[in-house]
Amino acid sequence: MASNPYFSLAVLFAAALGFGLTPLGLAWLWGKVFSPAKPNAIKNAIYECGLESKGDAWVQFRSAYYLYAIIFLIFDVEAVFLLPFAVAFTGLGVSACLAMLVFVLLLVEGLAWAWAKGVLTWA
Amino acid sequence: MAVDEGLKIELGKQGVFVTSLQELYNWGRRSSVWPMQFGLACCAIEMIATTMARYDMARFGAEIFRPSPRQADMMIISGTVTKKMAPQVVRLYNQMAEPKYVIAMGACAISGGPFKQGYNVLKGIDRYIPVDVHIPGCPPRPEALLQALITLQKKIDGQPLTGEGRPRFLDAEAQGEFPVPEQGEHDLEPPSNPAVWPVPLTINK
Repeated sequence: MASNPYFSLAVLFAAALGFGLTPLGLAWLWGKVFSPAKPNAIKNAIYECGLESKGDAWVQFRSAYYLYAIIFLIFDVEAVFLLPFAVAFTGLGVSACLAMLVFVLLLVEGLAWAWAKGVLTWA
Repeated sequence: MAVDEGLKIELGKQGVFVTSLQELYNWGRRSSVWPMQFGLACCAIEMIATTMARYDMARFGAEIFRPSPRQADMMIISGTVTKKMAPQVVRLYNQMAEPKYVIAMGACAISGGPFKQGYNVLKGIDRYIPVDVHIPGCPPRPEALLQALITLQKKIDGQPLTGEGRPRFLDAEAQGEFPVPEQGEHDLEPPSNPAVWPVPLTINK
């Protein structure tokens, strides 16, 4: 068995495992057997900032933030494409202008939808 | 069986180290007092200075400030405890693992200090939690905090592990929970914990 080329590796692996697990085991033993545990409700509380935790941890966030994403797309991302379009406008063919028109109209449709939904109204 | 102090010194000269389980246990306990990382007021600045290179609290094994009460041994009440803050301080003390120690640092933590007459300042944190060492000063210099730590270490060293006078955490009967006060109409409710702070008798003549 000692002639196996992996023998030294196995020994090192066992040593490494022991190096990691022995302190953990000792700490566990100390915690279970010797430590002077005085548990109570306050000590076992989850939150440890000195404040009492209130409510449930499983809070759901509103999914309505997609509206912000749509408006951002319309006003910000559109500008990114409009600027190079404006710079290269004189050298563009009909097909390029049509493609850009379709792109802008698609975004305008989004704006019209958001407007109709009342998203632009400051509540 | 206790070894005679003189014999112990004599053996030490010969290169034989004699100790007892109690001494070893207390040595370990006092050499790794990890403070909790939180400051309340101006004393905290002095506390920070104490941990830095000039005063070097690490010499006493107490440099590892833990941000969680679960990993801390010592609470340094560094500054004014307002009545708004007192419940949080007591709750944090409750959440610390045994054994735990408290150093009340500065005039405010001891008695309310210059704000004693104020409606919103707690007149000493020892009304709610057991304090091991009080240090006066406004604020105490870093040397004073080191002195407090040395005093605490001496106190730990002198504690017997069994019988009368053993520390609270080794007493199975002793309670580990200290009631957290709540904001009442005019003051904290209750205004003090009678188990740790007997209300002094006021005599009106």
